[in-house]
Amino acid sequence: MDSTALLLAATLSAGTVLAIASLGLLINEKAGIVNLGAEGMMLCAAIAGFATVIHTGNTWLGFAAGMAAGAFLAAIFGGLVIWLNTNQYATGLALTLFGTGFSAFAGIKYVQEKLPEQTQYPIPYLADIPFFGPALFRQHPMVYVAMALTGGLIWFLYRTRAGLVLRSVGESPESAHALGYPVRRIRLAAVMAGGALCGLAGAYVSLVYTPLWVEGMIAGKGWIALALTTFATWRPARVLLGAYLFGGVTMLQFHLQGLGVNVPSQLLSMLPYLATIVVLVLISRNPLWIRVNMPSSIGKPFYPGA
Amino acid sequence: MKLEMRPQPSSFWSYASPILALLITVAIGIGLFMALGKDPVKGLQVFFWEPVRSPYALGELLVKATPLLIIALGLAVCFRSNVWNIGAEGQFVMGALAAGGIALLADKTTGPWIIPAILAAGVLGGMAWAGITAFLRDRFNANEILVSLMLVYVAELILNYMVFGPWKDPAGYNFPQTRTFEAVTQIPRLMQGSRVTVGILLALAGVAALWLYLYRTYAGFAQEVSGQAPAAARYAGFSSRRALWVALLISGGAAGLAGALEVAGPIGQLTPYVPAGYGFAAIIVAFVGRLHPVGVVFSAILMSMFYIGGELAQSRLGLPKSITGVFQGLLLFNLLACDTLIAYRLQLFKPLPVSAQGGR
Repeated sequence: MDSTALLLAATLSAGTVLAIASLGLLINEKAGIVNLGAEGMMLCAAIAGFATVIHTGNTWLGFAAGMAAGAFLAAIFGGLVIWLNTNQYATGLALTLFGTGFSAFAGIKYVQEKLPEQTQYPIPYLADIPFFGPALFRQHPMVYVAMALTGGLIWFLYRTRAGLVLRSVGESPESAHALGYPVRRIRLAAVMAGGALCGLAGAYVSLVYTPLWVEGMIAGKGWIALALTTFATWRPARVLLGAYLFGGVTMLQFHLQGLGVNVPSQLLSMLPYLATIVVLVLISRNPLWIRVNMPSSIGKPFYPGA
Repeated sequence: MKLEMRPQPSSFWSYASPILALLITVAIGIGLFMALGKDPVKGLQVFFWEPVRSPYALGELLVKATPLLIIALGLAVCFRSNVWNIGAEGQFVMGALAAGGIALLADKTTGPWIIPAILAAGVLGGMAWAGITAFLRDRFNANEILVSLMLVYVAELILNYMVFGPWKDPAGYNFPQTRTFEAVTQIPRLMQGSRVTVGILLALAGVAALWLYLYRTYAGFAQEVSGQAPAAARYAGFSSRRALWVALLISGGAAGLAGALEVAGPIGQLTPYVPAGYGFAAIIVAFVGRLHPVGVVFSAILMSMFYIGGELAQSRLGLPKSITGVFQGLLLFNLLACDTLIAYRLQLFKPLPVSAQGGR
């Protein structure tokens, strides 16, 4: 197969992880909550999904388990920050530290396990088109789910009443509260939806992307997903584009190695992290770009009646 | 059940909350041991009795507490200044790398002057790494949480590159590690028969220095105000840029020092296993210690117990070592939840309509 087509296919696959997680975090942040626990939720979801597939053999149950794990952890985080008004940054960090430890603890007996053979899902006819077929249409369905999610989220946020309410809760919880909306319950729902998507992304990593379990295998993807929401200035379509851009950078390292470029592999592996820093710098230097779409109450606690 | 805001933060609960958090963590731990079919009494023994029952065990407790304490002191300055440096692990690694580079220069003829050079290199390495975060935040307003964290991964990859590449020991049977450092580079031990080094004295000096800085100097006061109340700080003429740089350089230097003390102390060479998660655990140490220099001493010892308990749990109870991370994360969770009691009063019943308290 054409190596450029392969690179493109791999880019879509790598970008899907980031896109799904980052869209989840976007929902959180639109409701005014920053969850630094993404990395931990993804790790727990990765092992939950992996263990489920080992025991049941059903990939879809694995995805469901990952989503459930993510939503459950997000609910704990949400309960703490929304009802107990704990510091969002510190609580998110606690979630990541706990998730890193817990996933390693729970996953110890799955380290040597292998998943049943992955089935390919080529789309009939389209997959046979030269170049585009292998590049775009021989993907895991989750790749298309990420695209559909992006469209769905755009529609939800900007075309529905519920989306408007969600955004108002992130912009001005006081006003939303005054209008009679249950601000804290809406925020919890947003946080749990975000957790479920992070969980889906985590399960995708251990079930499809690198179908095995290794301690700490998310390797910063949760943090990169957090950076992506800023990079995308909280616009879903830009999240998807940014995710593919980062997916491309991640894949470039393998591609360069394949081409026999004489650079040590460790230096190539730095690319995604360095790219994240560069992008953050580029986007942050102009405060206006960020502020236009940033939810005004992001990171601030809300205490009704205070 | 309802939370009611206190008119003033409760000083009782600011001391009681870490203790309550620890008790809840222990209770969850007992439940976890029972769920795994292990004897909970034995489990508690492994975590809280074994690490303190002999002089040797106590020494090991201090060996692990030293880096945690040093890093957490720096992080306390950061978090007090509202600077979210999450990348202490990377600063630790870069300190270790710089210190290791100096240690590798030593040969049979080197004098003991190498020790201060190693420590200084560690501090500078950590400062330089944290300085990148400070610069990008100061100059471009880039989020310090994400930048410092991304730099952790970069630092680990640089370490890997060096030990797999240029600094690999040619006589090391192809293991990714440098040659063992010369004996003269070994950080002096405090006493015979224990691995405790003079690092613990440096850590305690750091505790005193931080206490003086925070509570007895004008600069320390300005530092804290700049972080906690930027508007007030501007009015008073305190620079928040300065606070950012000071916080990151202090914490980076501290993490780097801890890295130097580790590689030239207990480890004795550079390997890919130098990053042991101390940088992340120290975040918990700082919070559990109330961001107070003395509080951090207690929480560093507690967290060190968790580390040793985790290792013992592996050999004695057949549990994975990563149980340490589970307990550390749980402790921070519980602490944050218990801290709510500092600012809020828990009301178990609905107050009577005519309440003398005059709450909302």
